[in-house]
Amino acid sequence: MKQLLILSGKGGTGKTTLASAFIKLSKAKAYADCDVDAPNLHLVMNQSCEARRSDYYGLAKAGINQDLCMRCDLCRKFCRFEAIEAKPAYKVDCYACEGCGVCEVVCPVSAITLKSAVAGELMLYVADAVFSTAQLKMGSGTSGKLVTEVKKQMRSATVETDLAIIDGSPGIGCPVIASLSGVNMVLIVTEPSISGISDMERIIKTAKKFQTKIAICVNKYDTNMTNTEKIEEFCEKHKLPLTGRIPYDPEAVWAINNSQSIIDLDCAAGRAARTVFNETMKILCDESKRLNG
Amino acid sequence: MKIAVLSGKGGTGKTLVAVNLAAVAKEASYIDCDVEEPNGYLFFKPEHVQTEKIPVKIPIVDENLCNGCRKCVDFCKFNALAYINNKPIVFDEVCHSCGGCVLFCPEKALAEKDKIVGEIQSGVSEKVTVITGVLNIGEASGVPIIKKLLKRADEDPKLTFIDCPPGSACIVMESIKDADYCILIAEPTLFGVHNLNMVYELVNLFGKPLGVVLNKCLEGENPAEEFCIAKGLKILGRISFDNELGTLNSNALISVREHKKYHELFSSLLKIVTEEVQHETVVNP
Repeated sequence: MKQLLILSGKGGTGKTTLASAFIKLSKAKAYADCDVDAPNLHLVMNQSCEARRSDYYGLAKAGINQDLCMRCDLCRKFCRFEAIEAKPAYKVDCYACEGCGVCEVVCPVSAITLKSAVAGELMLYVADAVFSTAQLKMGSGTSGKLVTEVKKQMRSATVETDLAIIDGSPGIGCPVIASLSGVNMVLIVTEPSISGISDMERIIKTAKKFQTKIAICVNKYDTNMTNTEKIEEFCEKHKLPLTGRIPYDPEAVWAINNSQSIIDLDCAAGRAARTVFNETMKILCDESKRLNG
Repeated sequence: MKIAVLSGKGGTGKTLVAVNLAAVAKEASYIDCDVEEPNGYLFFKPEHVQTEKIPVKIPIVDENLCNGCRKCVDFCKFNALAYINNKPIVFDEVCHSCGGCVLFCPEKALAEKDKIVGEIQSGVSEKVTVITGVLNIGEASGVPIIKKLLKRADEDPKLTFIDCPPGSACIVMESIKDADYCILIAEPTLFGVHNLNMVYELVNLFGKPLGVVLNKCLEGENPAEEFCIAKGLKILGRISFDNELGTLNSNALISVREHKKYHELFSSLLKIVTEEVQHETVVNP
Protein backbone atom coordinates (compact mmCIF):
# COMPACT_ATOMS: atom_id res chain seq x y z
CA MET A 1 0.00 0.00 0.00
CA LYS A 2 1.38 3.37 -1.05
CA GLN A 3 0.75 6.14 1.44
CA LEU A 4 0.36 9.74 0.28
CA LEU A 5 0.55 12.35 3.06
CA ILE A 6 -0.72 15.90 2.59
CA LEU A 7 1.12 18.58 4.58
CA SER A 8 1.58 22.35 4.42
CA GLY A 9 3.61 23.80 7.27
CA LYS A 10 1.27 26.78 7.48
CA GLY A 11 -2.30 26.12 8.53
CA GLY A 12 -5.31 26.96 6.42
CA THR A 13 -3.69 26.51 3.02
CA GLY A 14 -6.18 23.81 1.98
CA LYS A 15 -4.84 20.40 3.14
CA THR A 16 -8.22 18.97 4.09
CA THR A 17 -10.00 20.45 1.07
CA LEU A 18 -7.46 18.83 -1.23
CA ALA A 19 -7.34 15.57 0.74
CA SER A 20 -11.10 15.14 0.39
CA ALA A 21 -10.85 15.77 -3.36
CA PHE A 22 -8.02 13.22 -3.68
CA ILE A 23 -9.95 10.60 -1.72
CA LYS A 24 -12.95 10.94 -4.01
CA LEU A 25 -10.93 11.09 -7.23
CA SER A 26 -8.84 8.05 -6.38
CA LYS A 27 -11.76 6.18 -4.78
CA ALA A 28 -9.22 5.43 -2.05
CA LYS A 29 -10.03 2.36 0.01
CA ALA A 30 -8.08 3.71 2.95
CA TYR A 31 -7.69 7.20 4.34
CA ALA A 32 -6.92 8.91 7.61
CA ASP A 33 -7.02 12.28 9.35
CA CYS A 34 -3.82 12.79 11.32
CA ASP A 35 -4.64 16.36 12.40
CA VAL A 36 -5.83 15.00 15.74
CA ASP A 37 -5.89 18.32 17.58
CA ALA A 38 -8.03 20.00 14.92
CA PRO A 39 -9.58 17.19 12.82
CA ASN A 40 -11.94 18.23 10.01
CA LEU A 41 -11.83 15.57 7.31
CA HIS A 42 -14.88 13.76 8.74
CA LEU A 43 -16.92 16.92 8.13
CA VAL A 44 -16.65 16.52 4.35
CA MET A 45 -16.39 12.72 4.12
CA ASN A 46 -19.91 11.67 4.98
CA GLN A 47 -19.89 8.18 6.41
CA SER A 48 -22.56 5.61 5.73
CA CYS A 49 -21.83 3.66 8.88
CA GLU A 50 -21.28 4.25 12.57
CA ALA A 51 -17.72 4.58 13.80
CA ARG A 52 -16.08 1.95 15.95
CA ARG A 53 -14.93 4.04 18.86
CA SER A 54 -12.13 3.30 21.26
CA ASP A 55 -10.44 5.26 24.02
CA TYR A 56 -6.91 6.48 23.53
CA TYR A 57 -4.72 6.47 26.60
CA GLY A 58 -1.99 9.07 26.59
CA LEU A 59 0.87 9.35 29.00
CA ALA A 60 0.01 8.66 32.62
CA LYS A 61 -0.38 11.52 35.11
CA ALA A 62 0.88 11.59 38.67
CA GLY A 63 -1.52 11.78 41.59
CA ILE A 64 -0.69 12.46 45.27
CA ASN A 65 -2.44 10.64 48.09
CA GLN A 66 -3.02 13.40 50.65
CA ASP A 67 -3.33 10.94 53.55
CA LEU A 68 0.18 9.63 52.95
CA CYS A 69 1.93 12.88 51.89
CA MET A 70 4.28 14.19 54.59
CA ARG A 71 5.07 17.41 52.75
CA CYS A 72 8.79 16.68 52.38
CA ASP A 73 8.87 18.70 49.14
CA LEU A 74 11.10 16.18 47.30
CA CYS A 75 8.59 15.66 44.47
CA ARG A 76 8.36 19.39 43.79
CA LYS A 77 12.15 19.80 43.92
CA PHE A 78 12.80 17.03 41.41
CA CYS A 79 9.96 17.78 38.98
CA ARG A 80 11.43 19.34 35.84
CA PHE A 81 8.01 20.37 34.56
CA GLU A 82 6.95 22.59 37.49
CA ALA A 83 3.92 20.34 37.72
CA ILE A 84 3.72 20.13 41.51
CA GLU A 85 2.09 22.84 43.57
CA ALA A 86 2.90 22.96 47.28
CA LYS A 87 0.09 25.19 48.48
CA PRO A 88 -2.43 24.74 49.99
CA ALA A 89 -1.65 21.01 49.75
CA TYR A 90 0.76 19.07 47.52
CA LYS A 91 -1.05 18.69 44.24
CA VAL A 92 -0.19 17.77 40.65
CA ASP A 93 -1.03 20.20 37.86
CA CYS A 94 -2.30 17.60 35.39
CA TYR A 95 -1.83 19.95 32.41
CA ALA A 96 1.86 20.43 33.21
CA CYS A 97 2.59 16.80 34.24
CA GLU A 98 4.23 14.79 31.46
CA GLY A 99 4.05 11.49 33.33
CA CYS A 100 7.79 10.91 33.63
CA GLY A 101 7.45 9.18 36.98
CA VAL A 102 10.36 10.86 38.79
CA CYS A 103 8.11 12.03 41.65
CA GLU A 104 6.75 8.51 42.11
CA VAL A 105 10.26 7.17 42.68
CA VAL A 106 11.59 9.98 44.88
CA CYS A 107 8.57 10.03 47.21
CA PRO A 108 9.83 8.38 50.44
CA VAL A 109 6.36 7.34 51.61
CA SER A 110 4.93 6.06 48.30
CA ALA A 111 2.22 8.71 48.27
CA ILE A 112 2.49 9.23 44.53
CA THR A 113 1.22 6.92 41.81
CA LEU A 114 0.99 7.31 38.07
CA LYS A 115 -2.42 6.70 36.59
CA SER A 116 -3.17 6.42 32.91
CA ALA A 117 -5.94 8.66 31.68
CA VAL A 118 -8.13 8.79 28.59
CA ALA A 119 -6.55 11.45 26.36
CA GLY A 120 -8.65 11.16 23.26
CA GLU A 121 -10.89 9.00 21.14
CA LEU A 122 -10.07 6.93 18.08
CA MET A 123 -12.77 6.49 15.44
CA LEU A 124 -12.69 3.86 12.70
CA TYR A 125 -15.26 3.74 9.93
CA VAL A 126 -15.31 0.50 7.95
CA ALA A 127 -17.64 0.44 4.95
CA ASP A 128 -16.62 0.50 1.27
CA ALA A 129 -13.49 2.21 2.47
CA VAL A 130 -11.60 2.39 5.74
CA PHE A 131 -11.46 5.82 7.38
CA SER A 132 -9.36 6.27 10.49
CA THR A 133 -9.59 9.44 12.56
CA ALA A 134 -9.32 10.63 16.13
CA GLN A 135 -9.89 13.54 18.39
CA LEU A 136 -7.58 14.62 21.16
CA LYS A 137 -9.34 15.31 24.44
CA MET A 138 -8.97 19.00 25.27
CA GLY A 139 -6.22 19.57 27.79
CA SER A 140 -4.48 16.25 27.17
CA GLY A 141 -1.53 17.68 25.34
CA THR A 142 0.68 15.28 23.43
CA SER A 143 -0.68 14.40 20.03
CA GLY A 144 2.23 12.60 18.30
CA LYS A 145 1.40 9.24 19.87
CA LEU A 146 -2.25 9.56 18.86
CA VAL A 147 -1.19 10.24 15.24
CA THR A 148 0.76 6.97 15.29
CA GLU A 149 -2.35 5.18 16.60
CA VAL A 150 -4.52 6.65 13.82
CA LYS A 151 -2.15 5.32 11.16
CA LYS A 152 -1.84 1.95 12.88
CA GLN A 153 -5.64 1.67 13.07
CA MET A 154 -5.97 2.45 9.35
CA ARG A 155 -3.40 -0.19 8.37
CA SER A 156 -4.87 -2.87 10.63
CA ALA A 157 -8.35 -2.51 9.11
CA THR A 158 -7.27 -2.30 5.49
CA VAL A 159 -7.26 -5.54 3.54
CA GLU A 160 -5.92 -5.07 0.00
CA THR A 161 -5.45 -1.67 -1.52
CA ASP A 162 -2.90 0.26 -3.54
CA LEU A 163 -3.35 3.68 -2.09
CA ALA A 164 -3.94 5.39 1.23
CA ILE A 165 -4.42 9.14 1.59
CA ILE A 166 -3.47 10.83 4.83
CA ASP A 167 -4.46 14.37 5.83
CA GLY A 168 -1.73 15.84 8.02
CA SER A 169 -1.49 18.65 10.54
CA PRO A 170 0.16 22.07 10.26
CA GLY A 171 3.57 22.76 11.77
CA ILE A 172 6.76 20.70 11.78
CA GLY A 173 6.71 19.22 15.31
CA CYS A 174 5.75 15.89 16.88
CA PRO A 175 2.37 15.24 15.18
CA VAL A 176 3.89 16.02 11.76
CA ILE A 177 6.97 13.90 12.44
CA ALA A 178 4.71 11.04 13.58
CA SER A 179 2.61 11.35 10.42
CA LEU A 180 5.71 11.36 8.17
CA SER A 181 7.13 8.03 9.27
CA GLY A 182 6.56 5.30 6.71
CA VAL A 183 4.81 7.34 4.00
CA ASN A 184 5.86 7.04 0.33
CA MET A 185 5.20 10.59 -0.72
CA VAL A 186 4.37 14.00 0.70
CA LEU A 187 2.32 16.56 -1.18
CA ILE A 188 2.86 20.03 0.24
CA VAL A 189 0.00 22.48 -0.25
CA THR A 190 1.26 26.03 -0.09
CA GLU A 191 -0.23 29.47 -0.64
CA PRO A 192 1.33 32.55 -2.25
CA SER A 193 2.03 34.56 0.88
CA ILE A 194 5.39 35.42 2.47
CA SER A 195 4.28 33.41 5.52
CA GLY A 196 3.23 30.47 3.35
CA ILE A 197 6.60 30.41 1.58
CA SER A 198 8.58 30.60 4.82
CA ASP A 199 6.53 27.75 6.30
CA MET A 200 6.81 25.70 3.10
CA GLU A 201 10.60 25.90 3.24
CA ARG A 202 10.60 24.63 6.83
CA ILE A 203 8.24 21.70 6.10
CA ILE A 204 10.29 20.72 3.03
CA LYS A 205 13.43 20.55 5.20
CA THR A 206 11.52 18.47 7.75
CA ALA A 207 10.14 16.07 5.13
CA LYS A 208 13.56 15.69 3.49
CA LYS A 209 14.88 14.15 6.71
CA PHE A 210 12.52 11.25 6.02
CA GLN A 211 13.81 10.74 2.49
CA THR A 212 10.35 10.52 1.04
CA LYS A 213 9.31 11.83 -2.37
CA ILE A 214 8.11 15.45 -2.17
CA ALA A 215 5.85 17.43 -4.52
CA ILE A 216 4.38 20.91 -4.20
CA CYS A 217 1.12 22.51 -5.30
CA VAL A 218 0.04 26.12 -4.96
CA ASN A 219 -3.47 26.82 -3.67
CA LYS A 220 -5.20 30.21 -4.12
CA TYR A 221 -2.41 30.93 -6.60
CA ASP A 222 -4.19 33.91 -8.14
CA THR A 223 -4.36 35.86 -4.86
CA ASN A 224 -0.73 36.93 -5.29
CA MET A 225 0.92 36.16 -8.63
CA THR A 226 4.33 37.56 -7.62
CA ASN A 227 4.53 35.16 -4.71
CA THR A 228 3.22 32.26 -6.82
CA GLU A 229 6.09 32.86 -9.23
CA LYS A 230 8.52 32.95 -6.29
CA ILE A 231 7.25 29.55 -5.16
CA GLU A 232 7.62 28.10 -8.65
CA GLU A 233 11.14 29.49 -8.97
CA PHE A 234 12.02 28.01 -5.60
CA CYS A 235 10.73 24.59 -6.69
CA GLU A 236 12.67 24.73 -9.92
CA LYS A 237 15.86 25.74 -8.12
CA HIS A 238 15.52 22.90 -5.61
CA LYS A 239 14.34 20.38 -8.24
CA LEU A 240 11.01 19.82 -6.49
CA PRO A 241 8.16 18.78 -8.78
CA LEU A 242 5.15 21.09 -9.01
CA THR A 243 1.86 19.33 -9.49
CA GLY A 244 -0.26 22.36 -10.24
CA ARG A 245 -1.99 25.59 -9.29
CA ILE A 246 -5.46 25.88 -7.79
CA PRO A 247 -7.28 29.24 -7.99
CA TYR A 248 -9.05 30.98 -5.14
CA ASP A 249 -12.68 29.97 -5.57
CA PRO A 250 -15.63 31.12 -3.41
CA GLU A 251 -17.45 27.99 -4.57
CA ALA A 252 -14.87 25.92 -2.71
CA VAL A 253 -15.93 27.62 0.53
CA TRP A 254 -19.57 26.95 -0.36
CA ALA A 255 -18.80 23.27 -0.98
CA ILE A 256 -17.06 22.86 2.38
CA ASN A 257 -19.87 24.63 4.24
CA ASN A 258 -22.29 22.19 2.64
CA SER A 259 -20.19 19.16 3.66
CA GLN A 260 -19.11 18.51 0.10
CA SER A 261 -15.81 18.09 -1.63
CA ILE A 262 -14.71 20.61 -4.26
CA ILE A 263 -14.91 17.93 -6.94
CA ASP A 264 -18.59 17.32 -6.20
CA LEU A 265 -19.46 20.50 -8.07
CA ASP A 266 -18.25 21.85 -11.36
CA CYS A 267 -16.04 24.71 -10.19
CA ALA A 268 -12.63 26.15 -11.08
CA ALA A 269 -10.98 24.86 -7.90
CA GLY A 270 -12.42 21.39 -8.47
CA ARG A 271 -11.14 21.24 -12.05
CA ALA A 272 -7.67 22.38 -10.98
CA ALA A 273 -7.67 19.81 -8.16
CA ARG A 274 -8.18 17.06 -10.77
CA THR A 275 -5.03 18.16 -12.59
CA VAL A 276 -3.07 18.30 -9.34
CA PHE A 277 -4.35 14.82 -8.51
CA ASN A 278 -3.32 13.35 -11.88
CA GLU A 279 0.14 14.91 -11.73
CA THR A 280 0.65 13.79 -8.13
CA MET A 281 -0.37 10.22 -8.94
CA LYS A 282 2.12 10.10 -11.81
CA ILE A 283 4.94 10.96 -9.39
CA LEU A 284 3.69 8.52 -6.76
CA CYS A 285 3.47 5.71 -9.35
CA ASP A 286 6.96 6.48 -10.64
CA GLU A 287 8.07 6.10 -7.08
CA SER A 288 6.31 2.72 -6.85
CA LYS A 289 8.03 1.52 -10.00
CA ARG A 290 11.38 2.65 -8.72
CA LEU A 291 10.86 0.86 -5.40
CA ASN A 292 9.65 -2.35 -7.03
CA GLY A 293 12.13 -2.39 -9.85
CA MET B 1 -1.27 42.38 30.57
CA LYS B 2 -0.93 39.25 28.42
CA ILE B 3 -3.39 38.57 25.63
CA ALA B 4 -3.20 35.26 23.77
CA VAL B 5 -4.49 35.03 20.19
CA LEU B 6 -5.53 31.53 19.08
CA SER B 7 -7.89 29.73 16.72
CA GLY B 8 -7.62 25.95 16.52
CA LYS B 9 -7.74 25.96 12.74
CA GLY B 10 -4.73 27.33 10.93
CA GLY B 11 -4.87 30.25 8.53
CA THR B 12 -7.79 32.02 10.18
CA GLY B 13 -5.84 35.21 10.88
CA LYS B 14 -4.10 34.82 14.25
CA THR B 15 -0.93 36.49 13.07
CA LEU B 16 -2.88 39.22 11.21
CA VAL B 17 -4.75 40.17 14.40
CA ALA B 18 -1.84 39.77 16.85
CA VAL B 19 0.61 41.73 14.67
CA ASN B 20 -1.79 44.58 13.90
CA LEU B 21 -3.05 44.94 17.47
CA ALA B 22 0.54 45.15 18.72
CA ALA B 23 1.46 47.62 15.96
CA VAL B 24 -1.46 49.90 16.68
CA ALA B 25 -0.85 50.05 20.45
CA LYS B 26 1.12 52.92 21.98
CA GLU B 27 3.70 50.49 23.23
CA ALA B 28 3.51 46.71 23.11
CA SER B 29 5.33 43.40 22.93
CA TYR B 30 4.57 40.76 20.35
CA ILE B 31 5.58 37.21 21.25
CA ASP B 32 5.42 34.52 18.56
CA CYS B 33 4.75 31.17 20.23
CA ASP B 34 4.13 29.42 16.91
CA VAL B 35 7.69 28.15 17.17
CA GLU B 36 7.20 25.47 14.48
CA GLU B 37 6.18 28.00 11.85
CA PRO B 38 6.81 31.52 13.17
CA ASN B 39 5.61 34.29 10.83
CA GLY B 40 5.22 37.49 12.86
CA TYR B 41 8.86 38.53 12.37
CA LEU B 42 8.31 38.45 8.60
CA PHE B 43 5.85 41.33 9.10
CA PHE B 44 7.74 43.31 11.74
CA LYS B 45 11.21 42.84 10.22
CA PRO B 46 12.67 43.71 13.64
CA GLU B 47 15.98 45.53 14.07
CA HIS B 48 18.77 45.08 16.64
CA VAL B 49 17.96 41.37 16.83
CA GLN B 50 19.57 39.42 19.64
CA THR B 51 19.58 35.65 19.63
CA GLU B 52 19.53 33.24 22.55
CA LYS B 53 19.98 29.51 21.95
CA ILE B 54 17.57 27.28 23.89
CA PRO B 55 19.04 24.09 25.34
CA VAL B 56 17.37 21.04 26.85
CA LYS B 57 19.06 18.39 28.99
CA ILE B 58 19.81 15.07 27.31
CA PRO B 59 21.45 12.09 29.06
CA ILE B 60 24.88 10.84 28.01
CA VAL B 61 26.24 7.45 29.00
CA ASP B 62 29.68 6.58 30.32
CA GLU B 63 29.98 3.04 28.95
CA ASN B 64 32.84 2.22 31.32
CA LEU B 65 30.60 2.76 34.32
CA CYS B 66 27.44 1.11 32.97
CA ASN B 67 26.94 -2.42 34.32
CA GLY B 68 23.92 -3.20 32.18
CA CYS B 69 21.32 -3.20 34.98
CA ARG B 70 18.78 -1.51 32.64
CA LYS B 71 17.19 0.49 35.46
CA CYS B 72 17.22 3.55 33.19
CA VAL B 73 15.58 1.66 30.32
CA ASP B 74 12.85 0.32 32.59
CA PHE B 75 12.28 3.71 34.18
CA CYS B 76 12.00 5.83 31.02
CA LYS B 77 8.32 6.29 30.21
CA PHE B 78 9.15 7.80 26.82
CA ASN B 79 11.22 4.87 25.51
CA ALA B 80 14.15 7.20 25.02
CA LEU B 81 16.65 4.61 26.25
CA ALA B 82 17.44 1.10 25.04
CA TYR B 83 20.09 -1.47 25.88
CA ILE B 84 21.38 -2.94 22.62
CA ASN B 85 24.53 -5.05 22.07
CA ASN B 86 25.57 -4.55 25.68
CA LYS B 87 25.36 -0.81 25.34
CA PRO B 88 22.81 1.73 26.54
CA ILE B 89 21.60 3.96 23.70
CA VAL B 90 19.83 7.33 24.04
CA PHE B 91 17.21 8.47 21.52
CA ASP B 92 17.51 12.26 21.90
CA GLU B 93 14.46 13.23 19.93
CA VAL B 94 11.98 11.41 22.18
CA CYS B 95 13.64 12.33 25.49
CA HIS B 96 11.51 14.64 27.66
CA SER B 97 14.51 15.76 29.78
CA CYS B 98 12.91 14.62 33.04
CA GLY B 99 16.30 13.67 34.49
CA GLY B 100 15.02 10.42 35.97
CA CYS B 101 17.56 8.12 34.33
CA VAL B 102 20.48 10.19 35.64
CA LEU B 103 18.94 10.40 39.10
CA PHE B 104 18.26 6.68 39.45
CA CYS B 105 21.34 5.10 37.82
CA PRO B 106 22.98 3.12 40.65
CA GLU B 107 26.40 3.23 38.95
CA LYS B 108 26.29 6.97 38.20
CA ALA B 109 26.97 6.06 34.58
CA LEU B 110 24.63 8.73 33.22
CA ALA B 111 25.17 12.47 33.10
CA GLU B 112 23.46 15.28 31.24
CA LYS B 113 24.54 17.49 28.41
CA ASP B 114 22.85 20.45 26.77
CA LYS B 115 21.25 20.00 23.39
CA ILE B 116 20.10 23.07 21.46
CA VAL B 117 16.51 22.67 20.23
CA GLY B 118 15.93 26.17 18.92
CA GLU B 119 16.36 29.85 19.66
CA ILE B 120 14.67 33.04 20.74
CA GLN B 121 15.19 36.16 18.64
CA SER B 122 14.29 39.52 20.09
CA GLY B 123 14.34 42.85 18.33
CA VAL B 124 12.37 46.05 17.84
CA SER B 125 10.05 47.36 15.17
CA GLU B 126 9.02 50.97 15.86
CA LYS B 127 7.31 50.81 19.29
CA VAL B 128 6.90 47.05 19.31
CA THR B 129 9.27 44.63 21.01
CA VAL B 130 9.24 41.56 18.79
CA ILE B 131 10.16 38.22 20.40
CA THR B 132 10.15 35.10 18.26
CA GLY B 133 10.66 31.46 19.18
CA VAL B 134 12.11 29.22 16.48
CA LEU B 135 12.19 25.42 16.77
CA ASN B 136 15.05 23.68 14.98
CA ILE B 137 13.98 21.52 12.03
CA GLY B 138 13.54 17.89 13.05
CA GLU B 139 12.90 18.61 16.75
CA ALA B 140 9.62 17.25 18.09
CA SER B 141 8.63 19.64 20.85
CA GLY B 142 8.59 23.43 21.04
CA VAL B 143 7.40 23.44 24.66
CA PRO B 144 10.83 24.27 26.20
CA ILE B 145 11.11 27.30 23.88
CA ILE B 146 7.59 28.50 24.67
CA LYS B 147 8.33 28.22 28.42
CA LYS B 148 11.35 30.50 27.96
CA LEU B 149 9.36 32.91 25.75
CA LEU B 150 6.69 33.33 28.39
CA LYS B 151 9.26 33.88 31.15
CA ARG B 152 10.26 36.94 29.11
CA ALA B 153 6.62 38.02 29.04
CA ASP B 154 6.48 37.77 32.84
CA GLU B 155 9.34 40.22 33.17
CA ASP B 156 7.69 42.59 30.71
CA PRO B 157 5.08 45.00 32.11
CA LYS B 158 3.96 46.13 28.64
CA LEU B 159 0.81 45.12 26.86
CA THR B 160 1.78 41.76 25.35
CA PHE B 161 0.21 39.86 22.49
CA ILE B 162 0.95 36.14 22.33
CA ASP B 163 0.56 34.67 18.84
CA CYS B 164 -0.29 30.99 19.46
CA PRO B 165 0.28 27.91 17.29
CA PRO B 166 -2.73 26.30 15.57
CA GLY B 167 -4.37 23.22 17.05
CA SER B 168 -5.20 22.48 20.66
CA ALA B 169 -2.31 20.29 21.84
CA CYS B 170 0.45 20.83 24.42
CA ILE B 171 2.12 23.75 22.65
CA VAL B 172 -1.17 25.69 22.62
CA MET B 173 -1.82 24.87 26.28
CA GLU B 174 1.65 26.11 27.18
CA SER B 175 1.08 29.32 25.19
CA ILE B 176 -2.17 30.31 26.93
CA LYS B 177 -1.29 29.11 30.45
CA ASP B 178 -0.24 32.52 31.77
CA ALA B 179 -2.50 34.69 29.59
CA ASP B 180 -4.89 37.16 31.21
CA TYR B 181 -7.26 37.05 28.25
CA CYS B 182 -7.75 35.00 25.10
CA ILE B 183 -8.84 36.26 21.69
CA LEU B 184 -10.26 33.48 19.50
CA ILE B 185 -10.13 34.10 15.75
CA ALA B 186 -12.86 32.42 13.73
CA GLU B 187 -13.52 32.17 10.03
CA PRO B 188 -17.00 31.55 8.63
CA THR B 189 -16.50 27.96 7.49
CA LEU B 190 -17.63 24.61 8.81
CA PHE B 191 -13.98 23.76 9.56
CA GLY B 192 -13.49 27.09 11.30
CA VAL B 193 -16.46 26.54 13.61
CA HIS B 194 -15.52 22.97 14.46
CA ASN B 195 -12.03 24.03 15.54
CA LEU B 196 -13.35 27.17 17.27
CA ASN B 197 -15.45 24.89 19.42
CA MET B 198 -12.36 22.87 20.37
CA VAL B 199 -10.27 25.86 21.45
CA TYR B 200 -13.28 27.37 23.18
CA GLU B 201 -13.43 24.21 25.32
CA LEU B 202 -9.69 24.36 25.90
CA VAL B 203 -9.73 28.00 27.01
CA ASN B 204 -12.70 27.25 29.30
CA LEU B 205 -10.78 24.37 30.85
CA PHE B 206 -8.06 26.84 31.81
CA GLY B 207 -10.69 29.25 33.11
CA LYS B 208 -9.56 32.15 30.94
CA PRO B 209 -11.86 34.99 29.91
CA LEU B 210 -12.27 35.15 26.16
CA GLY B 211 -13.75 37.03 23.23
CA VAL B 212 -14.05 36.23 19.54
CA VAL B 213 -12.95 38.14 16.43
CA LEU B 214 -14.85 37.09 13.31
CA ASN B 215 -12.48 37.24 10.35
CA LYS B 216 -13.07 36.95 6.59
CA CYS B 217 -16.74 37.88 7.05
CA LEU B 218 -18.88 37.70 3.93
CA GLU B 219 -22.43 38.82 3.23
CA GLY B 220 -25.04 36.39 4.45
CA GLU B 221 -24.84 33.56 6.96
CA ASN B 222 -21.84 33.22 9.23
CA PRO B 223 -21.68 29.85 10.98
CA ALA B 224 -18.99 31.20 13.36
CA GLU B 225 -21.22 34.07 14.43
CA GLU B 226 -24.12 31.66 14.97
CA PHE B 227 -21.84 29.56 17.18
CA CYS B 228 -20.88 32.63 19.26
CA ILE B 229 -24.51 33.63 19.72
CA ALA B 230 -25.54 30.08 20.68
CA LYS B 231 -22.75 29.86 23.28
CA GLY B 232 -23.18 33.44 24.46
CA LEU B 233 -19.62 34.43 23.52
CA LYS B 234 -18.55 38.05 23.35
CA ILE B 235 -17.90 39.14 19.75
CA LEU B 236 -15.07 41.67 19.93
CA GLY B 237 -15.12 42.66 16.28
CA ARG B 238 -15.63 41.70 12.67
CA ILE B 239 -13.10 41.90 9.86
CA SER B 240 -14.64 41.74 6.40
CA PHE B 241 -13.30 39.58 3.63
CA ASP B 242 -11.18 42.13 1.79
CA ASN B 243 -8.85 41.57 -1.15
CA GLU B 244 -6.75 44.62 -0.32
CA LEU B 245 -6.17 43.43 3.26
CA GLY B 246 -5.46 39.96 1.90
CA THR B 247 -2.81 41.26 -0.47
CA LEU B 248 -1.10 43.40 2.19
CA ASN B 249 -1.09 40.36 4.46
CA SER B 250 0.23 37.96 1.82
CA ASN B 251 3.10 40.40 1.18
CA ALA B 252 3.87 40.39 4.93
CA LEU B 253 3.03 44.08 5.30
CA ILE B 254 1.53 45.46 8.49
CA SER B 255 -1.87 46.78 7.42
CA VAL B 256 -2.15 49.44 10.15
CA ARG B 257 1.14 50.95 8.99
CA GLU B 258 0.05 50.95 5.36
CA HIS B 259 -3.45 52.34 5.37
CA LYS B 260 -5.44 54.68 7.58
CA LYS B 261 -8.65 52.64 7.32
CA TYR B 262 -6.92 49.56 8.78
CA HIS B 263 -5.35 51.73 11.46
CA GLU B 264 -8.86 52.78 12.44
CA LEU B 265 -10.20 49.21 12.25
CA PHE B 266 -7.54 47.78 14.56
CA SER B 267 -7.48 50.84 16.86
CA SER B 268 -11.15 50.36 17.61
CA LEU B 269 -10.63 46.61 18.04
CA LEU B 270 -7.77 47.30 20.47
CA LYS B 271 -9.98 49.69 22.42
CA ILE B 272 -12.71 47.06 22.76
CA VAL B 273 -10.19 44.36 23.73
CA THR B 274 -8.53 46.60 26.36
CA GLU B 275 -11.89 47.53 27.90
CA GLU B 276 -12.93 43.90 27.92
CA VAL B 277 -9.68 42.79 29.61
CA GLN B 278 -9.97 45.54 32.23
CA HIS B 279 -13.59 44.60 32.85
CA GLU B 280 -12.59 40.94 33.30
CA THR B 281 -9.78 41.76 35.71
CA VAL B 282 -12.19 43.83 37.82
CA VAL B 283 -14.92 41.17 37.81
CA ASN B 284 -12.61 38.15 38.17
CA PRO B 285 -9.34 39.43 39.63
